[in-house]
Amino acid sequence: MSSVEFNGDNAPTGPGKILFMNFTLTLLLVAVAGLGFLMLYSVAGGSLTPWAAPQMVRFALGAGIMLMVAMVPIRFWQNISGLAYAASVLLLLLVESVGAVGMGAQRWIDLGIIRLQPSEITKLTVVMVLAAYYDRLDARKISRPFWVAVPLALILLPTFLVLRQPDLGTSILLVLGGAVMMFIAGVHWAYFAALGTGGGGLAALAIMLRGTEWQPLKDYQYLRLDAYLNPEADPLGVGYHIIQSKIALGSGGWTGRGLMQGSQSRLDFLPEKHTDFIFTTLAEELGFVGASSLLALYSLIIFYCIVSALRTRDRFSCLLIFGIASTFFLFIAINISMVTGLMPVVGVPLPFISYGGSALIMLMIGFGLVQSAHIHRPRS
Amino acid sequence: MTLLEGRADQSVRVITRRGLILGAAQMAFVGVLGLRIRQMQIEQVEEFRLLADENRINIRLTRPARGLVFDRNGVPLVRNEQDYGVVLTRADVGDLETTLQRIAGIVGLSADEVDQALREISEANPSVPVTVANHLKWDAFAKVAANSPALQGVRPDVTPSRAYPLNTDFAHVLGYVGPVSDYDMTKGYLSEDTDPLLKIPRFQVGKTGVEAKMEHLLRGRAGVRREEVNAAGRVMRQLDEKASEPGANLQLTLDSRLQNYVQARLGEESASAVVMDIRNGDIMAMGSAPSFDPNKFARGISLADWNALMANRFRPLSNKATQGVYPPGSTFKMVTALAALHEGVIGPGLEISCGGHVEVGGRRFHCWRSHGHGAMDLHSSLVESCDVFYYDISRRVSIEKIASMGRRLGFGQHHDLPLSAVHQGLMPDRNWKLRNRSADWVVGDTLNSSIGQGFVLSSPLQLAVMTARIASGKSVAPRLIKSINGREEPVPEWEPLGIDSRHLDLVRGGMIDAVNKPKGTAYRSRILTEGMLMAGKTGTSQVRGITEAERSNGVIANEDRPWDQIDHALFVCYAPYDAPRVACSVVVEHGGNGSHSAAPIARDIVLQALYGDTPPLSAYPENQRGTIQTRQRQLKLRDPAVLTRKRSRA
Repeated sequence: MSSVEFNGDNAPTGPGKILFMNFTLTLLLVAVAGLGFLMLYSVAGGSLTPWAAPQMVRFALGAGIMLMVAMVPIRFWQNISGLAYAASVLLLLLVESVGAVGMGAQRWIDLGIIRLQPSEITKLTVVMVLAAYYDRLDARKISRPFWVAVPLALILLPTFLVLRQPDLGTSILLVLGGAVMMFIAGVHWAYFAALGTGGGGLAALAIMLRGTEWQPLKDYQYLRLDAYLNPEADPLGVGYHIIQSKIALGSGGWTGRGLMQGSQSRLDFLPEKHTDFIFTTLAEELGFVGASSLLALYSLIIFYCIVSALRTRDRFSCLLIFGIASTFFLFIAINISMVTGLMPVVGVPLPFISYGGSALIMLMIGFGLVQSAHIHRPRS
Repeated sequence: MTLLEGRADQSVRVITRRGLILGAAQMAFVGVLGLRIRQMQIEQVEEFRLLADENRINIRLTRPARGLVFDRNGVPLVRNEQDYGVVLTRADVGDLETTLQRIAGIVGLSADEVDQALREISEANPSVPVTVANHLKWDAFAKVAANSPALQGVRPDVTPSRAYPLNTDFAHVLGYVGPVSDYDMTKGYLSEDTDPLLKIPRFQVGKTGVEAKMEHLLRGRAGVRREEVNAAGRVMRQLDEKASEPGANLQLTLDSRLQNYVQARLGEESASAVVMDIRNGDIMAMGSAPSFDPNKFARGISLADWNALMANRFRPLSNKATQGVYPPGSTFKMVTALAALHEGVIGPGLEISCGGHVEVGGRRFHCWRSHGHGAMDLHSSLVESCDVFYYDISRRVSIEKIASMGRRLGFGQHHDLPLSAVHQGLMPDRNWKLRNRSADWVVGDTLNSSIGQGFVLSSPLQLAVMTARIASGKSVAPRLIKSINGREEPVPEWEPLGIDSRHLDLVRGGMIDAVNKPKGTAYRSRILTEGMLMAGKTGTSQVRGITEAERSNGVIANEDRPWDQIDHALFVCYAPYDAPRVACSVVVEHGGNGSHSAAPIARDIVLQALYGDTPPLSAYPENQRGTIQTRQRQLKLRDPAVLTRKRSRA
């Protein structure tokens, strides 16, 4: 059934419709966030400050936003998708001109109260605009070159802007997230095969151009690549993060060292132990049991999203939920691959666990959209 | 169902199918992550735990106290002191240059010392403290301590150091310590030593003498302190500690008071003396002059001081008592005599006429007394030190038998003492000459050897050992270590020499009369005290050949030759002659004449050893007492109280 024939009358209305949201999914999110607070409490040496308490406040704020987003009919979000996308690209351009410089990368606009990270918003708006695009696109046109080029442009424009900041992690998430959307929508296999080959070629080119004036990546990004390929070559230099991270994770064993007992994090051997590398602390202190439990929680969240997506008969909702779940998955996959040494170090946080506001709020909005789609799904 | 609816349904089916594929792929990837984590946390956990411990646990060595050294009476010969210094940790320092300049300003470092510190810092691990200044006075050290909050990464440091309170007296025996060097570790005596203590920068190890030879006992064993450190290297807490074990305390056989006397008596001559207890082999004193101050080395000697030591032609750094080898001259005649008696080629009644020289193989061999001694027997040849007598008997016994007797008495033998350089001298024979000089032994070589000239070389230590063996008839060997950690080193039961006691008595008789009979070459150096009478033998060894032309014009007197052309003066003796206790040898390099230069020194030393104090003037012949008294007053000795004060604590 297409949205054209969407029968809104069967959907619940009024404040009571909050009871129709996916409670299992919400509970799972709270569970993961709770584990995150515990870890932030632990890496601070058994203290709510400086990380756990602010993170709880942010989560509460995020939960409120999620509920508000959930209450708004999904049709509204579909209608403003294009607008949201345009706004986020404009914000990216704004960052380019007035953004504050932090951590060597120009990533946020300081609005006084909160620091706005347009690249985070973009992860969501790209998914939204692609879902809306494929909802409206005639199924016969999906694999025609022109209609493939349009979403490609929608993906690559913000990617290009993010890459210039530079933020490799977000760029990768945008490209992969966008590719996943196109894949689900039904773009022909051949395009992905071509993309794979082309991507490989681009990567080869990026490596070959290193050291010339045309090199497309920053020096530190190349160094991270070196460190990934051979971390032991420079144990005190670029390989330090990876080695220390693997040591922390590996020394966890079955049940871990116990909360606040992980020597690697407690003694500051772990870099960014409360943000991007927090999974290693978790694995060190809670062991394989803790790490695999987190993976299970994450898997359940994705699973429930997929179930929700498959149950809805609304194409936009279905695409949107798949897109958000995939973005969520990509966060997890990239972050954990990175800390276990399967992937080079890129700055991607662990969802609901890492300390930080932007990514958390963005994900909560995303899950708000998932809930909205769930609540307002067409009923017969 | 409309066409449109059919298309839409098909599209939803595509989305569903692809969504399922994607979901499955995502779950599979999460599974891969799970397996990866399992592999690291379950299978490789031991490996990673080890690495985590290596990260967090810092093993710090604690230095053991170096063993002390005492004389035979328990007088301390070394002291362990605190050395005040400044260490700098590169990782904690902001601007290195400025910080170093400020330290230099506070404690007064030269530009060279600053450069050296910079070099050592650049070579070291940034988180390891490096010593930038040491041997500081207390007030400079206190200033650094007071300023250390303002000097990031700099802290005062106290390290153990070694001092030698009796400085020059024991310089050659004790040696000195110094910071372990690359040379010590790669080519030097520590190249096989894997003790982790040696990795501590500027760790003090023995460089020469007993300090080096007994290093393995004196050093002790490192303690281990395990501490937990954070990534910045800061110590968070101490985990456990194993205390260090101090090095062994050594007691030497030396008597510090006698040693002080010997060094003082040798004075500024280039000379050496060895005093040995005949009964047990204990070296009671071993002097070598001039000496040097080992404290300068232990603290790092200045270039100027070093150059002065190297420029001194009297070689202050050399331990002449064991390292210096000289032709023994006439002190060797006992060996030739005993060899001849032992082989039965001569008897006590044999008389040989000395006409001042003999002709052998077309060469003329001279006696020191150019107009000859007349009729000589074994006894008078020793008393008057006739050379011709020995030329004659040496041809009857052959060099092989002389060398064999020489070795029995310790010539050419290595005496195993814990000292840096113990030269084994040379007891030549046919084989030696063939191998080392590629020449046949000729009869002239035998004649030269018979009076301790030619190739024969021996150290003062070997001369003292020979004397002790002749006096005791046993193969006494020298000992330097009396006890280790309070446990007495056993005195071996000395084997008899295997020389007929009648032969020994004949030779001893000659030695007794050489000192105590007016005709004796050492008569002037006799001792008068009953029960302390001395037996001895003078030696004067040539250091240059004398041509026939010079001889016919009259040999140039010693006084008229440059110092390094003058003969060495030697004397060996033992006392009391009827119950031998002390053997002594004295060699005065280029001293001219054994009876004039060496014998008086030896007598003074022997008297000091027997009395244990300054001897009364009555021990000396009456006509010498005035001179002796003057000399006794002029001699600069240490306060006996210092030399007899025992260690204060047990």
